Amino acid sequence: MTTVSLEAASTEREDPPITSPAIHTSELSKIYGSTTALAGLSMTVRRGEIFGFLGPNGAGKTTAVKLLVGITRATGGEGWVLGAPIGDLATRRRIGYLPELFRYQDWLSAREVLALHCRLAGLPKSDHRAEIDHALSLVGIADRADDRVGTYSKGMQQRLGLGVALLGKPEVVFLDEPTSALDPVGRHDVREIIRSLRRDGVTVFLNSHLLSEVEQVCDRVAVVDRGRVIAIGTLDELRGASKRVEIRAEGIGPETLRSLARHGQVETEGDVVTVIGIDQEEVPAIVRDLVSRGCRIYEIKSRGDSLEESFLHLLGGGDRGHADHSSSDAA
Amino acid sequence: MLTIAALTLREASRRKLLLAVGVLTLAAIILIGWGFSRIPTLPCHGGCGPATLRSVEAGLLILVAYMFSFVIAVAAPFVAAPAIAGDVESHVILSILPRPLRRSDIVLGKWLGLAVLVGGYTILTAGLQFLVVRVAVGYVPPHPVLTVLFIAGEGITLMTLALLGSTRLAPITCGIVSVILFGITWIVGIAGRVGAAFGNSVIADIGTGSSLILPTDGLWRGALFNLEPVALIATTGSSREASANPFAVASPPTTAYVIWVFIWIALVLALTVKSFAAREV
Repeated sequence: MTTVSLEAASTEREDPPITSPAIHTSELSKIYGSTTALAGLSMTVRRGEIFGFLGPNGAGKTTAVKLLVGITRATGGEGWVLGAPIGDLATRRRIGYLPELFRYQDWLSAREVLALHCRLAGLPKSDHRAEIDHALSLVGIADRADDRVGTYSKGMQQRLGLGVALLGKPEVVFLDEPTSALDPVGRHDVREIIRSLRRDGVTVFLNSHLLSEVEQVCDRVAVVDRGRVIAIGTLDELRGASKRVEIRAEGIGPETLRSLARHGQVETEGDVVTVIGIDQEEVPAIVRDLVSRGCRIYEIKSRGDSLEESFLHLLGGGDRGHADHSSSDAA
Repeated sequence: MLTIAALTLREASRRKLLLAVGVLTLAAIILIGWGFSRIPTLPCHGGCGPATLRSVEAGLLILVAYMFSFVIAVAAPFVAAPAIAGDVESHVILSILPRPLRRSDIVLGKWLGLAVLVGGYTILTAGLQFLVVRVAVGYVPPHPVLTVLFIAGEGITLMTLALLGSTRLAPITCGIVSVILFGITWIVGIAGRVGAAFGNSVIADIGTGSSLILPTDGLWRGALFNLEPVALIATTGSSREASANPFAVASPPTTAYVIWVFIWIALVLALTVKSFAAREV
């Protein structure tokens, strides 16, 4: 498996940074019986960023979120959310969470579910009405607020779940597959809500297997595999891990190909030659070289990998990431 | 904790549990009241005085009380069994656990809500039944308040046991296991009394042990004793023949036993908290 670590995930035991990032974990692990769900998660999420958490099925993404919001206890390592140890009761007031397998009391109305969570979150009673009305309006279910949740479609329940997660103006919001049940309009709405959270300085931890979704909203992304972070960085950093130049030209012979191979891995398909892993600064030199060798250049395209390509590359070629790949453009 | 307790009560109301049980119970009470009102009109060949009729009324009221205690004993576990297991299975718990409350708050809140439900139902039902019988025939059992408290204790005990099971078992499994345990304890309790009456200490000790492990039968005997007129206790309660009679008892539970019931509930609740705290969801 090819593993690219753009920002090496520390494997040493660390103290929480003084500046208190939104989330910081050090070798966080979780073992269920003989199954290792998380094998030493080390990462830092800065305050106010939209952080994508990517990985194939069974990589430990949901386990990580459950640990961070205090639903389950770690078997090893440490973690901090907003500067406090994970699970800290007082800090939970400042956290919002939309579970992947969301379900709310189907015998309550949406307004009643939100009121319940206002009480559970310990919000001042005087704020309840405003919080509930704001949440209903934000997620677009105000017109069905008094209907029982049991009559809601899955998409509407997911909107309600997002409203529940955003009650009380949390400083960190964990969204575990927040658009899995939504139609394209709903997904667009959720992306807009996430962007508005960023504008308000809220940290969003977005656990999603929809790469296009992550690509559109996230500032930084961690790729997790087998319970460990194997790469972490901005989208450009991840995509740029194997930048490439596609050359469509006539007259590229074996000698020219050998020359191009000095710049990176060379692949040919018809009259298109692709140089992979090339430094963009080398492109002018390549053009000069080709011209000097008498090649006739019709087109040169320089680009990084798509996030999907990077994702598959990081996971070792594509077979293991195929499930996520296939659904990456569902949005 | 109070929010969870209120939520538990609201769920019972919204799921029409209170309505269904209330309507059926009211119908039963009215029917039983009508039946009692017919007792004085029964043909009494050979002569039967007020004492005979009173004895019949007392015996029938014991059977009625047993019917209600049985209904409560069966219903309480089935109400409690899904309390935690259902939330875990449906994933509703995932939205509650990240809130700033301890898992013990959830357990204690559920228990409180269910205790109010079971206790409230018992007090209302038994109280109303005693009132209806009094209006119908003028009979009041010797200690109606204590009777109600013992029956409520029986229901709350089984509910507590089911709540413990609810942290680990599926709702249907938990409900059935609780009811089976209730049945086993009941019959072992009777066997223990037979053993005591005939001087078999081993059987008597098994009966005692059973009533300590799950005190439902002991509590029913407490309710029974407080329902029995003194004359009935004197004639049947202490005889060997009556030892196998589940509707006759010679003595009330001791104070120590009642204290043990409170300790038992506290211990099982503590175990429930511990079990749920360790449960992966």
